[in-house]
Amino acid sequence: MADEQELVHGAPVSESHGQRCVHPDRDQYLAVIGALRDEDELRMCVDVTACDYLMNPLRVLPDGVTPERFEVVVNLLSLKHQSRLRVRVQVPESDPTLPSLYELFPGTEAMEREVFDLFGIAFTGHPDLTRILMPDDWEGHPLRKDYGIGRIPVQFKEAR
Amino acid sequence: MAKTFDLVAETAEGAQELQPRQLTSGVEALRERGAVLRIANLPESVEEIATEDETMIINMGPQHPSTHGVLRLMLELDGETVLRSKPIIGYLHTGMEKTGEDLTYLQGTTNTTRMDYLAPLFNELVFALAAEKLLEVDIPERATWIRMLVTELNRISSHFTFLATNGMDLGASTMMIFGFREREALLAFFEKCSGLRMNNNYIRVGGVAADLPDGWRDDVLFLMDDLPERLIDYDTLFTGQTIWQERSQGVGVLTADEAIALGATGPMLRATGVPWDLRRTMPYMFYDQVEFDVVVGTYGDTFDRYAIRVNEIRESIKIVRQILERMPKGDYRVQDKKVTPPPRARIDESMEALIHHFKLFTEGFKVPEGEVYVPIESPRGELGCYMVSDGTAKPYRMHIRAPSFVNLQALPHLMRGGLVADAVAVISSVDPVLGEVDR
Repeated sequence: MADEQELVHGAPVSESHGQRCVHPDRDQYLAVIGALRDEDELRMCVDVTACDYLMNPLRVLPDGVTPERFEVVVNLLSLKHQSRLRVRVQVPESDPTLPSLYELFPGTEAMEREVFDLFGIAFTGHPDLTRILMPDDWEGHPLRKDYGIGRIPVQFKEAR
Repeated sequence: MAKTFDLVAETAEGAQELQPRQLTSGVEALRERGAVLRIANLPESVEEIATEDETMIINMGPQHPSTHGVLRLMLELDGETVLRSKPIIGYLHTGMEKTGEDLTYLQGTTNTTRMDYLAPLFNELVFALAAEKLLEVDIPERATWIRMLVTELNRISSHFTFLATNGMDLGASTMMIFGFREREALLAFFEKCSGLRMNNNYIRVGGVAADLPDGWRDDVLFLMDDLPERLIDYDTLFTGQTIWQERSQGVGVLTADEAIALGATGPMLRATGVPWDLRRTMPYMFYDQVEFDVVVGTYGDTFDRYAIRVNEIRESIKIVRQILERMPKGDYRVQDKKVTPPPRARIDESMEALIHHFKLFTEGFKVPEGEVYVPIESPRGELGCYMVSDGTAKPYRMHIRAPSFVNLQALPHLMRGGLVADAVAVISSVDPVLGEVDR
């Protein structure tokens, strides 16, 4: 392969176990996904999820992509070409916001609500950004790595 | 002193609920008018049908017999007509994705199998396939064929449960008895294989938990000879019956464009006429080596979604018969000592085997760093597993893309303008499993 990095709509590409990932930055995000939908005919947004890389900051990313704490992962599917593409966008901890995909794919509404609920990443332009799985008055975002998991108190811990 | 309960406060979900019209924001109002989805034949605004003082917002669920678990729907009704609706979910949320981060890859299938409790083997399969892709191990052929056999049988049992509940929701209680009778016969086979009727934990990373039991071929053959005859009864009683047709045809119509825009998959998408079945279009395991038809509908209504599942049972029977012919001899799990525990007999005679056994069940095996998304076709649609590994023995992140979760979001579009009684038919035809929706 040539030294030049492969770009898709201006965003670097990586490959993981035979699956292609595109890494746009936050400003490119909407434009890249819009172009993928309209030009590459990835007409279906299958999944929106996220990952909190607080405990694992040194992951492999293509050149030019700055690792941040959060990563939002969007899975796109083309029914016509029977292909998939993953979009991974870095979201910094200091400003966890991302534009909503709602105008491009109305089906992402619930998925973005789930990411907001469990990771605390706000999607600007989302019509109804409320918690979806947790109760409305819940504090914290459970899938963040600094959110403790519950423990059942152990009886007779002090006994020798 | 008797304690008084504030019932409104007890059930309130705050901003998650369906809000009065003046509180809905601009884009949300557009969605309710269908402007974003470009739904045809909708009036400009719900205001044109009825003003807010003529309508009422009522709750259906979470404890309603036709909500398939604990789904709660808020409906704005004008008399019997549904104007707006909103599903409120999360009542079964148990944080399984968070739990999954604290379980080893060996324990992980025990967790995921409890998500879609009507098709548990699919959840195990997608988890195992994702972990195996990260591990880059090759599974023995027999293990893959066993996996195909049990998941196809599971697809049949899941569709029978759908037929049972769908009939029950529309007032056909015969269907309820029939569906569960057939399902029970299939669950008895799973019990023979894995010891458990449901939540089998049979498919593990690296293969399956145990080889098929003695006499499995006769059991499966008996089922495959028996079920087609039973299906003829279904057709006589329901498919060709006028009451059933009039009750379900033209109810809850979804077009192909809407289904694709909403991300709906499985029978929801195929009912609209899109021949999209991952087993055929993007084959995994050995589905490219078996013959079967992808069943599609025409009108995208409740009847089509029912008919697709009836006929998918027939296609699955076809696949199972081919699997019976093709089933090779060999290992049922990969003979990689770093992944598979040694056989019980070896532990008595080999120190190495004992150490391996101990290490595998305490520490688990390490999976190389990476991230991967694996989709399969579950009875409800595309079931995906997004898995991130950081090189340790536990997944760093394990996300299940649940088909019911996405399909459920089509409910407001399907119910709009229909009757309350049709709303029940629509929920049922989506076939949501709330354990999977809420995870």
